[in-house]
Amino acid sequence: MVVKTIPEIPVKKGEPPYKLWIFEPGEKKEFPLVFNLRQLAEQRRPALIPGHRLCAGCAAPIVVKLASFAFRGPTIVVSATGCLEVSTSIYPYTSWAVPWIHNAFENAAATASGIEAAIKALKKTGRLKYDHVDVVVFAGDGGTYDIGFQALSGMAERGHDVLYILYDNEAYMNTGIQRSGGTPKFAWTTTSPVGSVLPGKGEHKKPIADIMVAHRIPYVATATPAHWMDLMKKVRKGIEVNGPAFIHALSSCDRGWRHEEAISIEILRRAVDTCYFPLWEWTPETGYLLTDRSLVIARNPSLKQPIDKFLEVQGRFRHLLRPENKELLKQLQDYVDAVWEDLLKRASNAPR
Amino acid sequence: MSRLQLVPKYPREKQVMMNLNGDEAIAYAAKQSYVDVVAAYPITPQTIIVEKYSEFVANGEVHTEFVPVESEHSAMSACVGAAAAGARAFTATSSQGLALMVEILYIASGLRLPIVLAVVNRALSAPINIHNDHSDAYLMRDSGWIMLFAENVQEAYDTTIQAFKIAEHPEVQLPTSVHIDGFFLSHTLENIYTLPDEAVYEFLGGPRKIPKVRVDYFGEEVDYVLNPARPLSFGNLALYDYYFEMKIPQLIAINKALDVIKQVNEEWYELTGRRYGNGLVDPYMVEDADIVIVAMGSGAGTIRSVVKKYRERGLKIGLLRVRSYRPFPHSDIRNLLRNTKLVVVMDRAIGPGQYGALYLDIASTLYHERSRPILVDYVYGLGGRDLSPDMVSTMINQLVKDLERGYIPEEERLRFLGVRG
Amino acid sequence: MATLRSWREIPLGGVAFRLSTDVKTGDWRALRPVIDQSKCTKCMICWLYCPDMSIIWDGEKVFVNYDYCKGCGICAHECPVKAITMVPEVGE
Repeated sequence: MVVKTIPEIPVKKGEPPYKLWIFEPGEKKEFPLVFNLRQLAEQRRPALIPGHRLCAGCAAPIVVKLASFAFRGPTIVVSATGCLEVSTSIYPYTSWAVPWIHNAFENAAATASGIEAAIKALKKTGRLKYDHVDVVVFAGDGGTYDIGFQALSGMAERGHDVLYILYDNEAYMNTGIQRSGGTPKFAWTTTSPVGSVLPGKGEHKKPIADIMVAHRIPYVATATPAHWMDLMKKVRKGIEVNGPAFIHALSSCDRGWRHEEAISIEILRRAVDTCYFPLWEWTPETGYLLTDRSLVIARNPSLKQPIDKFLEVQGRFRHLLRPENKELLKQLQDYVDAVWEDLLKRASNAPR
Repeated sequence: MSRLQLVPKYPREKQVMMNLNGDEAIAYAAKQSYVDVVAAYPITPQTIIVEKYSEFVANGEVHTEFVPVESEHSAMSACVGAAAAGARAFTATSSQGLALMVEILYIASGLRLPIVLAVVNRALSAPINIHNDHSDAYLMRDSGWIMLFAENVQEAYDTTIQAFKIAEHPEVQLPTSVHIDGFFLSHTLENIYTLPDEAVYEFLGGPRKIPKVRVDYFGEEVDYVLNPARPLSFGNLALYDYYFEMKIPQLIAINKALDVIKQVNEEWYELTGRRYGNGLVDPYMVEDADIVIVAMGSGAGTIRSVVKKYRERGLKIGLLRVRSYRPFPHSDIRNLLRNTKLVVVMDRAIGPGQYGALYLDIASTLYHERSRPILVDYVYGLGGRDLSPDMVSTMINQLVKDLERGYIPEEERLRFLGVRG
Repeated sequence: MATLRSWREIPLGGVAFRLSTDVKTGDWRALRPVIDQSKCTKCMICWLYCPDMSIIWDGEKVFVNYDYCKGCGICAHECPVKAITMVPEVGE
């Protein structure tokens, strides 16, 4: 007996709004990349189904949703331990419409390596029922910058054909907002509190995407769900390249960043507008290329907003806006400017 | 009891004699076992397994995808991924490497993935040491793995192949480790009999078979694998409402392995003419013995030779080698030790603040007997210290005195063999 | 919600046996998004950004599936024509 666990909702055109991704053995369906949203809504279903227990306003499911619209066919998803993982897999329920595995915190890249190796071995011996099965990792900043970095670097060095998507909410949100290697300088977290002596985290964010560039893997990019078309294009590129690809997606966390739930996307737009989080992609052939809004800003620098625009809506930076911390704010602005200038020098499509 | 002499399907003349050390024998067994993914990281004294397997891959002798991972943690993680994706996965490690792997060992068993792991037992740091003892094995004692200890290189080869069959048995579906003693077996050449490739292939029933599972949202049984045709979610978060229930089937499966190990041991006997006791325990002259020495691993070989000498002199002594450490064969051991007067447990590792781990297992087995034998724990061979026949003789002479005395005082129940005083 | 199952009914390896669509996260909601169909241009931005897959396109119009909507308000904030308003939930 089939137990109906997907509710039926009247949809006049196309398929029901939620469904599992089923690829019958031998099926050779390759999804085109669709940017017409009504068409997309009729043709595709996200890899995440509702009922997940992520906080209201969390951007992580948006990253997954948008990325999954860019998947090309049969895909296995690996998650590192983190908010996304725990909230989408609370037993006996799963929110994943695709084959999904969570192993542990620090080993998503290694697990994906094993899956990719298995796919190759099965294909070699004629036991794989598809032309290709893509492997995509979703891991948070803790599982990528810090504890999972060794496995990620190893996977990149060994050249596994895996797309690794980092959803970076800039702290260990799952355990209650502790600082990570991805937390920006001066941000408040529960392990970098703002005290009478220390103004939040003392160190800058680790340039994780540049570190992945240094591995010279076939594709590296930064993205945010606010720039959805850009993100989808990058995900598809990352899947299509032969070998490891890395996408660093900034993902707001209203609990940890201390902002209103409704502005989760707005805040990511501001991150790009202030050049706090520039959008770019890198391949060994093209080098750095600015994309989307960041390319627009490079061509028209007057559009670049001061860092205050990004900070002012977040409680974790509230102390920076106090008059006595003007100097700290300037330090942060100088850092953002220096990184942006550096990127402009490297990006071959930035105006000279 | 008269019994017809069994003619194995592959008598010795149909097998191939090879001169291999323990590591090479395991690598060769894995090669013959149609392994799809090997993810491994080098560590002494396991290194030869990785090196040898890399050669098979480099020479195109296997279809295996070899993943030269950057740590043992990733080795086991990649094996979990590979096994979840439907592959037959194998890895090998020792000591510190096993310690690094431990986190994922629990996940492999919790997810019921039949990975095979060769553990070349080596002492744990500090101080750093590359030689054999069983401290690393005890580290994974409660990880939910089936743990089999081999006594010699021939058994290492045989057990590695058997391990795949045991692990993948439909009612077991649990990861299995094969333990050999570092250097004593890993680096010691022995002439062993090996099966032709096709015999191993047939014994294992070809490539790995995927078990079925039933979930509410599919109306049919589906493959327990990461399958785009019928997506499943592996590695969920289960809290106080389900974690407990999820652990019980794992216990049932590992207990089921007691029968399966025995059965596979018999099948192997019919195939090769070789078997190791009943597969779980390998007794030697235990039946009428007053004193029984319980041991695991290569040390059992030395002990057996000494026991033989004492038997010739008329001492009623025997050896009980535990082959399956997990699941622990309580009833077999109880039946064998029921009439023994003195049982000595040989632990090749210490359990600081406690007796050795094997001693505790044996003690818990014997507790429910009406007349319990005298029980003593001997810790020996730490950090690769050799167990010489002389040392065993010294021990036995002491045991004879203990038996005459009729008891062992509490402060003497944990003894050390071969340590300078 | 189904009654808690015994270990005998737990699938192998503890794979999830139900889909999270059983979990109606709509009861988290404090604010309810209400779409003014007369203003809606069907641009689908709300559908795109909804983290809970609660905005449904039925082929003609956009509507909210309140079973899952947690009321975060991203849809209302992102709507380019301000066709969505967040209304306080009232009731028990």
